[in-house]
Amino acid sequence: MDSSQLFGIAMIAYLLAAAFYLGLFLFKTERIGLIGTLLTLAGICAQTAAIGLRWHESYQMGIGHVPLTNMYESLVFFSWCTACFYLALEYRFKTRVMGVFVMACVTAAMAYASFSDRIDSKISPLIPALQSDWLIAHVVTCFIGYAAFAVAGALGLLYLIRQAAGNRPERSGPSLADTLPSLRVIDDLTHKTIVFGFIWLSAGIVTGAVWANEAWGTYWSWDPKETWSIITWFLYAMTLHARFTRGWQGQRIAWLAMLGFVAVFFTYFGVNFLLSGLHSYGSV
Amino acid sequence: MTTAKKNALFSLFASVQLALLLLFLLASTAIIGTIIPQNNPAAFYVERYGFKTARFFQLLDIQDMYNSWWFLGLLTLFAVNLIVCSAERIPQVIRLVRRNNLTVTPEQLAKFPLRSERHHSGNLAAVAAQAALVLKRHGWRAQAIPTESGQMYGAEKGKWSRFGVYLVHCSILVILAGTLLGSSAVAQKIFRDPLYAFKGSIMLPEEEATDHVLASKGGERLDLGFTLRCDDFAIEYYGNGMPKTYRSKVTVLEHGAPVQSAEIEVNRPLTYKGITFYQSNYQPLQDYQVVLKKQDKSAETTARIPVATQIDWLEGGISYGIINLERQGEVTRRLKIWFTDNQGEPSVFWVHVGQEAAIERPSGTYLLTIQQRYATGLQAAKDPGVWLVYSGCLLMLAGLYIAFFLSHRKVYVFIQPQATGCHLLFAGDANKNRVGFEKYFIKLINKLENKG
Repeated sequence: MDSSQLFGIAMIAYLLAAAFYLGLFLFKTERIGLIGTLLTLAGICAQTAAIGLRWHESYQMGIGHVPLTNMYESLVFFSWCTACFYLALEYRFKTRVMGVFVMACVTAAMAYASFSDRIDSKISPLIPALQSDWLIAHVVTCFIGYAAFAVAGALGLLYLIRQAAGNRPERSGPSLADTLPSLRVIDDLTHKTIVFGFIWLSAGIVTGAVWANEAWGTYWSWDPKETWSIITWFLYAMTLHARFTRGWQGQRIAWLAMLGFVAVFFTYFGVNFLLSGLHSYGSV
Repeated sequence: MTTAKKNALFSLFASVQLALLLLFLLASTAIIGTIIPQNNPAAFYVERYGFKTARFFQLLDIQDMYNSWWFLGLLTLFAVNLIVCSAERIPQVIRLVRRNNLTVTPEQLAKFPLRSERHHSGNLAAVAAQAALVLKRHGWRAQAIPTESGQMYGAEKGKWSRFGVYLVHCSILVILAGTLLGSSAVAQKIFRDPLYAFKGSIMLPEEEATDHVLASKGGERLDLGFTLRCDDFAIEYYGNGMPKTYRSKVTVLEHGAPVQSAEIEVNRPLTYKGITFYQSNYQPLQDYQVVLKKQDKSAETTARIPVATQIDWLEGGISYGIINLERQGEVTRRLKIWFTDNQGEPSVFWVHVGQEAAIERPSGTYLLTIQQRYATGLQAAKDPGVWLVYSGCLLMLAGLYIAFFLSHRKVYVFIQPQATGCHLLFAGDANKNRVGFEKYFIKLINKLENKG
């Protein structure tokens, strides 16, 4: 068995998990949700093994390096981080229902990595610019942040759905609002997730700056990737200030969480595909 | 300026609304420079966007917007906002931290959001002593709070965490100060010493030396104060043809005497006397380095030769030259050599760069090695502000942790004697993460109750 087969298994597990979480969302049966959780866990296990195996395979090819060096590997790592972060959140806060959004996002990332023509899944050797100990620190910190922001975006969406469901006139039978956590809980969770992501994004920008200084002699050169990361940082800084000092809550924060994820998405993807710059190795 | 006006200006700069506006403006204008290519020659913008738009760009410095007057102005306003806002609030926090936060009356305690009431069968003195002990064991330094009836203890933790947010604000100012200290513009215009901080580069051919670099902006000469010689530049490739290593072997010379030799690779710079040299690019040169010898070692020559020129090695009685070459990108891979000892037909053959070729001639066997010559492209930087920037970054991460994960927490226990045993009132408060604190609070109460 090679790593790409294991990645395939992980992707199927995530897809099924998303389907079961959707089942939980629609039929409100806790047991369906439990299967979703177990599938997510199975997916994470398979993917962890796959990442380890890919790492090992690169050493067997004589070009050993951590599998975090091109778009394929970064997408895989992004979905792994997001799935792990989601599962930790589910365990800690005992709420399953946003799983459908998060796992759909994770599956989409995996599927895009595997099937897109623009993405090469080959293990290629490490170009000189990436041969640094800062590679792991920079990529890992950034991606924990991205994962948290992805989950925060999903929570924002969940908040708006819950609010819309709650506003609908009473019908017979249980409504969607009954299975979703209360607005207050979602709001609190969104905020905490943003805070967590913000710290890791800051750490990611800092490690990136230190690395840039080590490799190019300048810690900040306003290249599009750097600029978009700081735009994202400004956006979340605004969100946090609006909450702490202006008392923004609920719907406004939900929208900002989703807008923030759009900025993250652009920092991650848009810059590589639409703009040119120093980060070009991420584009293949 | 009147006091009223002064106050209005002060409160504008102290306001969070201004901070939000500035963050929004910084975030949205920063997008421009990611869409419109930066730092290109003026003709580029005229060609791409038309004359009128290019004029407009020039007016607003769009071609170098992150150094434009208006963007730097926004950053300055942001810094002033941070200073004024923090200057206004920090004294309040100092007062809050220094005063005794624990003074509270039983009536106020009854209004705490987090509280719990219990009954205990022990007598007042014993319960109070136990409560103080348990609090101490869990790291709470309990103070007795005077009340008219019964016994009250209060304790607080993490009051210094209220400074966390200002630590983050301060860290941004430290980073900005570091960028100013390391800025070449500041070095030129304020310190009047372009060598204090600079970014420069040099294209240095192998076996040549330089005592200066050229400034990245403006291109003026910056004297290093020592000499840097490139001894060798080499590219290593992976099996699939991708570059593996770019390596410059360099020697630092002081007054003509070598003092340090080093290898510079990407991600492995060389720092000498505060100036750091980075491997940034390279250029293949037009001539080639040749080593030619007789196999019996009776004669040997080295030469630098251009393409399509006949070279005569008089001592060996040989004439040779490069008549064709094959390149991959800019790098030469194979060369076609014409070679004669003036006896019989000349030899014509292909040789790979860096590989020794043996040539059988009537006058004997000759060994020929031919190398591509390069110039190595080095970036040179002197940034005396970088330690401040790094300290600011560390300060920011520490500040964010304190601001978000530590909170100012207070717990109280109020014990009143009753006909049998005593009545206990527990109360607590945290300025952040109340949900998490509530869980802890309940655990603590259970401990107090069981022991007490």
